Order: sequence, then structure tokens, then C-alpha cells
Amino acid sequence: MTQALAAYDTYLSDFQALTPELDRQPEWLRDLRRRAFAHFQEVGFPTARKGNEPWKYTNVGSIAERRFASASGGPPDREPAVEDLEAVAPWCTVWHEAVFVNGRYSPGLSASAATHEPKGGLRGAVVLSLQEAIASHEDLVREHLGRYARYDHDGFTALNAAFLRDGAFVYVPDGQEIPTHIHLLFVTAGAGEPMATYPRTLIVAGRQSKVTVIETYVSLDGAPCFTDPVTEIALNEGARVDHYRLLLDAGAYHIGTSRVHQDRDSSFASLSFATGPALARNDFQVLLDAPGASCFLRGLYVTTGSQHIDNYLNIDHAQPHCTSRLYYKGILDDESRAVFGGTVLVRPGADKTDAYQEDKNLLLSDRAEVDSKPSLEIYADDVKCGHGATAGAIADEALFYMRSRGLDEQTARVFLIKGFASEVLDAVQPEPLRHWLEEKTMRVLPRFTVEAPA
Amino acid sequence: MAKVSPGGKNHSRPLLEVRNLHAAAGEAEILRGLDLTVNLGEVHAIMGPNGSGKSTLANVLAGRPGYRVTEGTVAYEGQDLLKMAPDVRARKGIFLAFQYPVELPGIRNREFLRTALEAVRQHRGEPKLAVREFNKLLDEKAKAVGFEPDLVKRNVNEGFSGGEKKRNEILQLSVLDPVLALLDETDSGLDIDALKIVAEGVNRFRSPQKAIVLVTHYQRILNYITPDYVHVLMDGRIVKSGGRELALELEAKGYEWVREAVAAAAK
Ligand SMILES: Nc1ncnc2c1ncn2[C@@H]1O[C@H](COP(=O)(O)OP(=O)(O)O)[C@@H](O)[C@H]1O
Ligand SMILES: [Mg+2]
Repeated sequence: MTQALAAYDTYLSDFQALTPELDRQPEWLRDLRRRAFAHFQEVGFPTARKGNEPWKYTNVGSIAERRFASASGGPPDREPAVEDLEAVAPWCTVWHEAVFVNGRYSPGLSASAATHEPKGGLRGAVVLSLQEAIASHEDLVREHLGRYARYDHDGFTALNAAFLRDGAFVYVPDGQEIPTHIHLLFVTAGAGEPMATYPRTLIVAGRQSKVTVIETYVSLDGAPCFTDPVTEIALNEGARVDHYRLLLDAGAYHIGTSRVHQDRDSSFASLSFATGPALARNDFQVLLDAPGASCFLRGLYVTTGSQHIDNYLNIDHAQPHCTSRLYYKGILDDESRAVFGGTVLVRPGADKTDAYQEDKNLLLSDRAEVDSKPSLEIYADDVKCGHGATAGAIADEALFYMRSRGLDEQTARVFLIKGFASEVLDAVQPEPLRHWLEEKTMRVLPRFTVEAPA
Repeated sequence: MAKVSPGGKNHSRPLLEVRNLHAAAGEAEILRGLDLTVNLGEVHAIMGPNGSGKSTLANVLAGRPGYRVTEGTVAYEGQDLLKMAPDVRARKGIFLAFQYPVELPGIRNREFLRTALEAVRQHRGEPKLAVREFNKLLDEKAKAVGFEPDLVKRNVNEGFSGGEKKRNEILQLSVLDPVLALLDETDSGLDIDALKIVAEGVNRFRSPQKAIVLVTHYQRILNYITPDYVHVLMDGRIVKSGGRELALELEAKGYEWVREAVAAAAK
């Protein structure tokens, strides 16, 4: 506990060191950050797990008790090279790449795909660092920032808001369809010491607009860094957002909060892919706030060693005639552990709701463990809802069937694992991303490698 | 077709020699001293009431886990079959068409079969088949079993009808081109058109270099595939063997007739 207190002191002195910076910021933002820090001081980290249902299976003591260097000390000694990024993250020359190193926008590493006109280009979409956006699009930022992911949700959202220094801002004007995929790449490049970063992303999609955003987290030196990102996505009427969220930050403690707000007839598709963190929390919430909105959340997590991943997914059907689908899958090896929780909430009056959630797990080791508790809370009458959860080893039947056709046991297993993953990954639209994720999935399972059939 | 006594046609050793085979699953002993000799070029039908051990025989020969052989021997091409892993058996030419083919979600028929064929060909010392050549081969064979082009692209057996699953087994048989085909009730659940397609596939496979063990409950399929031998399996043993006409007799008189005849002979 004393150690924890010492860590809290670190956050305090880090925050106090920000005073000159805060003084230069618009008042509303300064106030937001100060209130957020005060809230953090009040609630701290959710370490008490008794009676704390959302954190029942995930212990964040390892974060609370550790001192992390604040990334506020400026850019790292050595700015990573593009090759360093390509080695750990999907990277595609036809994407619009916005790279953030230790929480700061890196103009040098970022690459605009505007050069790929006329086929590609951003077509009027705005991709800026939050710093810049606060200067150039202040009203827009002020309207949305912190509105969906409130700082007082928990200690993690409070910390993120308090240390909100930079991040990504994506704005798609009404009616614009953006052909170029936007890749937001958050890199932690510590100088070997554990570092905390607070990436912030705000995506606002105008009416009838369409955009694909890939949000990736990587760490370059495998130090046990603390990544505390918050993402807010607002979809206006008829907007369509394809969203990918890739947790590739190896060895990190990653506590992510994503909040999606959907207006009438908007459609949101998101795919979470998690392989990296030692401890990951994916707190994802979608508010279907007007009739005709639909969301499709997919996930694939692949864990080994003693990794722990907690998907906490909440869908709020606040209005009638909305659809939600939630398909998550896990592949767990060694003594890794997965938690699947959260609720599909159908509020009174949300008739004609159509909701389904499912979590399926493939256990590659008998020491791996899953706590899967999908739940439904329904307060409307005329609804179609369902859920399911499974966890099991590779089926002997399937293995024997494949071997009886001449495949050796290892090849058969690899096929079955890939097949299991493909039910999620087949939905990845950008082809280079799909291939990258397919390959990554098998690369993190070194026990299951075979020579690729020629 | 001229009937030849087992081992008579082929002066070299038999392809498959099952001797006094006893096999159990869990506590229950299912096969209780089964003998069977199969030579190249022969088609053997194994008939018997439900639960007599037909699938167990086919499964033990293919190496399905979950069965214990407690006594007896099985020689395949003169080698101890029971020592071989199921995939080794497959590469050496044993193919089991499953009574209940397994669905493989997320695994495409085409890729699965290409990998299987590659494994088999490698074992036979044959050169790698180019993807294009394989695709051509698969499409030809698929057409022969009346598969829509869509079905070979789909995941293995996933969402297939019962008939499509059985035809997929025959498609795999014709692509992998094994030596010994064990067909476990490949006829059951098929309508007459599908039955004919399956039978044609089996007849195309039939040759002096191949052998077939056809497990069936009904004699219906034997109207399309003429066996050289018919064996009646009861309580884990082959209690009666004969030619094609035995199947017709069974059809007319039922399995109880055999049981009584065997009991009478034992007295
Ligand atoms: N894996 C198994 N575990 C336990 N009992 C089995 C298993 N396989 C078969 N049996 C039992 O053995 C007997 C013979 O089954 P089977 O070989 O499937 O017969 P058939 O194919 O002739 O209908 C049945 O009583 C069946 O319940
Ligand atoms: Mg059977």
C-alpha cells in the first residue's frame, strides 16, 4: 500500500509539472483536466475488487503499485525509424499514417496519403493531432471531447483526461466518403524504463459520411509500459465508420476505454485484435441513441504465457429499431487468461431491438482459463435478443478427421486454429491488414508453426 | 464376375489381414475375434444390424482414438497397421469415408484437400502439384460428384446437407486416390440420385490396384456396387460370409435369420 501511495505521489508531481502547459490552454480544457485529476485523486485505481463487479476478474494492482515515468518529458532520445514501426505494426503506403510517439504527434513519421490523389486522398477529411485541432477546430473539439468518455467513469479515464496532452483528431464532413484508410499508430518508445502514455482519440463522422480508421498500439522495447488510451467516436445520422483496434503493445499494461455514440441510421463496425499486452482491458461501449442505428463488434484475442485480457463490452440500446452484433473469439495458450463481461442493455421503449452477443474460446492448454459472462438486461417487450459463450479445446473429432486425410497432427492443429481465427478475421476489409493479422495470429503462437504449404 | 476365394486371386500377400481382432471402447468390448482378409481388386461388403460393430471395425482400421485393441493383429501391406498413427495410415493409402463427416469451420475445402493431397503425394515420392494443376484436378473431380462450384470453395462440410457431406467424402476419395477405401454407411441418408452419384464414384475408383470395404446396413447400395464378398457382422464377429447373393438373402430374411442359423450350427 505504501508503494501504491508512492506511485500516487508520482502522478501528483507529474501533474503539477504540467502547470505551465495548462496555463497556455483554453480555459474549458484546463478546467476539464484539473477536474479530471481531482477525480483521480479521489477515486484512485479500481483496486478494490470486492463488490466491484466490473473489475471482479482483473487485478490492476500491478499498475497501481508501480511508478511509471511520465511521457511528458518530451520526445525520446532517438525517434524510432519507419523500419522499427513496420516490424511491429501493419503499415501500408496507401494509408494515411498518423504516428504518435509517447503520446506526441510525430510529423516526421507520419505520412499523408494525399499524394495518392486522385484515387485516394483524404477528400476533405481532417486528420490532425489533437494539439493542432484544439487550435484550428476548437469548437468541434470542445463539443465532443469528453462528452462520450467521461472523465469520471473511473480512475483510468480520469488519468487520461488529466494528462490529455495530445492525440488524434479525425473529422469527416457531411457526405464525404473517404477512400483512404486512416491509420492512427500510437508508439511507446521508452528508454528502457516503464513509461505511462495517455493516447486520446476523437473521431467525428458527419452525416452520411464514410470512413475507415485503424487504431494501433505498439511498444518498441517491450518495457512494462502503462498505456491508458481513451477513444471517442461520434457517428452522425447515416454515417458509417469501420474501425479496427489493434493491441500490439507487447508486455504493456493496457487499459483502454472506447465510447461510441450513434445517431439515426448510422452503422458502426469495429474489430478488436489483441495479442500484445501483459494485461489488457478493453472497455468498449456503444450507445445506440437513435432509431435505425446498428453496430457490429468483432474481436479476436490471442494470448500466451501469463497474459490476461479482459473484454468489457457494453451495448446500450436506448432507442427502438436498433441492431447490435457482438462476436468475440479467443485463442488461449499456456496459463493465459481471458475475461469476457459486460451487458447488452435494452432500455424501456427500445422495441424492435435485435441484439446478439457471443464469446467463443479455443483453449490450447489446459492451464488457460476463461471467465465468460455475457449478459442481457431487457426492459422492452418486443425484442429479439440472444447470447452465448463457449470454451473448449481443439475437438478430437476434427483432429482425427483431418489426420485421416493425411495431415500430420501439427498441421491439422494449425489449420483448426487458423480456421477458428478466420471466422473473425475474414471480416477485415482492408486486404493488407487482413493478411497481416492472419500472419500475426500464428506468429504469436510459436508452438503451432508448420512450414506453409507451397 | 468370377468369384475367387480370398487370397486365391493374388498370390502375393493380402492387402489387409485382420486376425482375431478384439477392440473395446470404454468398458465395453465391441469387436470379439474378428477375421477378415482383403486382397487388391476386391470389394467386400460388411453388413450387420445396428450396433454390431461395423463402424468400430472401420474406425479401428483408420486409427480413430478412443478404441483399445485388446487382442489380435492387423497387417496392412504386411506391416503392423495398429502401430501406425492415423495420418501415416492415410498417407500409406487407407481412406475412411466417415459415417458422420465432420464439419471444419473456417477451413476451406480447396485448401484442406490441397494440403492433404500434398501430404499423400510427398509420401508416395510424387512431385509437388502446382496450385493451378490441383485446382483443375479438383474441379474435374467435383464435377464428377455433381458438386456446385460453390461447394469446393466453402468450408469443409460446414452447413452441407447430409447428401452433400457424403458426396464430399467421395470427392476426397477420388482426389486422394488411396489404395484401401473403407466406406462407412456412405449410402445411408441418401436419396436415389445421390446414391447413384456416390455409387458411380466408388465404381470409378474400383480397380485391380484398389480394394474397398463397404460397410452398410442396407443392401440397397449393392444394387449399384457389386461386391465380391458379403460378410455378416454380429456381436463383434463375422458370423457368415458369402457372395453377392447373401446380401439378397439377408434383405429377404432379415438379420435374425442369420442369428438363428448360426446358433443352430453351433449346437
Ligand atoms: N467410442 C465409443 N464409446 C463407447 N461405446 C461405443 C463407441 N463406439 C461404439 N460404441 C458402442 O459399440 C457398439 C457398436 O457400435 P458401432 O461400431 O458404431 O456399430 P454399428 O456401426 O454396427 O452400428 C454400440 O453398442 C455402440 O454404442
Ligand atoms: Mg455405424
